[in-house]
Amino acid sequence: MKGKKKSMEFQTEYTVMNGLKKGDIYTKLSAVILGMGNFARKEIGKGILFLLSEIAFIAIMIGFGIPSLVMLPSLGTKETGEVFNEATQVYEYVQGDNSMLILLYGIVTFFLIGFFVVIWRANIKSAYKAQLKKERGQAIPTFRQEMSTYFDSQLHKTLLFFPVMGILIFTIMPLIFMISMAFTNYDRDHQPPGKLFDWIGLSNFGMVLDFTSDLGKTFWPVLGWTLVWAVFATFLNYIFGMVLALVINRKETKFKSFWRFGFVVSIAVPSFVTLLIMNQMLQPNGAINVLLRELGFLADGASLPFLTDVTWARVTVIVINLWVGIPYTMLTMTGILQNIPTDLYEAAKIDGANSMKIFWQITIPYMLFVTAPSLITTFVGNVNNFNVIYLLTGGAPSTMEYYKMTAGKTDLLVTWLYKLTIDNKDYSFGAVIGILVFVITATSSLLVYRRTAAYKNEEGFQ
Amino acid sequence: MKKKTISNILIHVILAVMVVIWVLPIVWVVLISFREEQGAYTTTFLPQGYTLDNYIRLFTETDLFNFPLWFGNTFIVAVFSCLIATFYTLAVSYSMSRMRFKMRKPFMNIALILGMFPGFMSMIAVYYILKGVGLTEGPLKLVSLVLVYSGGAGLGFYVAKGFFDTIPKAIDEAACIDGCTRWQIFTKITMPLSRPIIVQTVLGAFMAPWVDFIFAKVITGAEPQYYTVAIGLWNMLTRENINQYYTRFAAGAVIVSIPIAILFMKMQKCYMQSNAGAVKG
Repeated sequence: MKGKKKSMEFQTEYTVMNGLKKGDIYTKLSAVILGMGNFARKEIGKGILFLLSEIAFIAIMIGFGIPSLVMLPSLGTKETGEVFNEATQVYEYVQGDNSMLILLYGIVTFFLIGFFVVIWRANIKSAYKAQLKKERGQAIPTFRQEMSTYFDSQLHKTLLFFPVMGILIFTIMPLIFMISMAFTNYDRDHQPPGKLFDWIGLSNFGMVLDFTSDLGKTFWPVLGWTLVWAVFATFLNYIFGMVLALVINRKETKFKSFWRFGFVVSIAVPSFVTLLIMNQMLQPNGAINVLLRELGFLADGASLPFLTDVTWARVTVIVINLWVGIPYTMLTMTGILQNIPTDLYEAAKIDGANSMKIFWQITIPYMLFVTAPSLITTFVGNVNNFNVIYLLTGGAPSTMEYYKMTAGKTDLLVTWLYKLTIDNKDYSFGAVIGILVFVITATSSLLVYRRTAAYKNEEGFQ
Repeated sequence: MKKKTISNILIHVILAVMVVIWVLPIVWVVLISFREEQGAYTTTFLPQGYTLDNYIRLFTETDLFNFPLWFGNTFIVAVFSCLIATFYTLAVSYSMSRMRFKMRKPFMNIALILGMFPGFMSMIAVYYILKGVGLTEGPLKLVSLVLVYSGGAGLGFYVAKGFFDTIPKAIDEAACIDGCTRWQIFTKITMPLSRPIIVQTVLGAFMAPWVDFIFAKVITGAEPQYYTVAIGLWNMLTRENINQYYTRFAAGAVIVSIPIAILFMKMQKCYMQSNAGAVKG
């Protein structure tokens, strides 16, 4: 029912299907020669634009697109190396194919084709629209009038053009590039230029998920720690942040803004500074251990293994993450606390509720109701929490148990992904892990997101 | 009554202790930046002597670690990426909030899904794309950084869209009847009403290059003359440099943190304002 209503909202007779079925000869011709329909209706400006884009597309496809697509299935066949030249009787250095560039160009070509399809569809629609207008004796808008609609009823197209291009080039295209690497053997042994890599289907996924392989023996423990970390980081932050906000907001608490300022200062300083400093302070000879020695809690030369022992390190990162996270939670919670509708309190007071009762039966339920959806966002954020781990421990303490020592005991999946790709050039495995992280976060959050009132009822306030 | 006073005092004491814990690392950085003894590790918690030398050397000994240059780089990148990213964010937010078109819901769903991929998963791919266009050589690296920081900005439209949603549609309709085009409504009515959210977007976009070091590390590579401050400071703490540069790192961190902290506080204020909505009822 809902879906039907939605599709009615934007219905128009100027569709591609109608254009191809009911269009006259010029409209149909514009499916092959773009802009024909517009030329026939004396819309010269538009016609030229369509025609030019077709010529440009064909030129690009011949020069760049088609060669790229031809290479894509094999990802290159010539390896770089010395080849014996019969004529000159010497070994010659031959530049081979670069699988990585072939893959990249292939994907770029797909994007170009997609872009052209959009233009092609617009061209048919425009031709059909002009045809109908002419048949019905309506005025055909001039090129200038047409353009002015892009600042009025079609403003969204103008506003969205560059942002969407940015998203396509800097987010979607790289993502597809990376995802497709998950199905190749682009690892440290197959580095272009020089070596070729090839499509190998799903076997990377098999290797990472296999309990017995080297990679699997790293993946499952790291996944386990990632989930433990995310759960602790999320819920401890939530609880302590809420308690802190409530305590500061109490009527009896003095110097409210001073306390808030103290906590906000700590997050106002860039996190890479504070986390790097924390890392230094927690070293065996760092400031914390020195302080404990000076205060007499530790013997001279003794130190607490904050970041060197596995269990200590794991607890430490969770605690430090509380240090980073609590002020943020406190700020959001304070905002919500101050925005609780006052009529709720007034009604309760009229009904004779005392302040304890108001707190437990209005403030707390309201807070839980409003902030519960944000828990899932925080959870996803913590699964992907790169900065805290990378800057604080760098994944240390490292261990021989993990795949080629690429991961340490505090590494999350994302920091492992980073190390696999940046430091070890195992792009294929990195891509697989990225996809698996996505699967984890997407399944857990999409379900919850779609249930929230904000998503269902976004126009409630307009 | 007495019990209440005791618990009140207790709460204030706990708050005081917590604030000390939270502020301690920051105070410590400031102390280190004025510390006379060099080296990463000392045998005392507090510095034995204080000096301005670290700051002076940070700005004068620039042959290996050129802090003023990094600061300039970051500033340029921040200004340009801020301009582009702000336009992208506001344009998308406004379209999503005010315009109704077929691709609106699909776009919002796609944005939601894209946000769930680990952000830097595509970083290597972005690097190769930029390399393919020839933007990873020499000073063009800074252009790359601008593009990377602002390119995907359109996806971060949620907060600003939420704000635009609170501006009553009746205002738009009134302007429409008076003969305003959509573009005029956007620039002459919605924008002036949206100061808090604009300031917030501008500040957020401006701060990103100062605090990011993941992308900067990949793109600037091994050429220190194109470093941003974050990546430069991070390099001061690598194993071979830490003993010599630790106190200078602290000095640099203080210099970067002060403007960023001020901007953050300002943004926080705007955040509170924008939560309250555009038009007061």
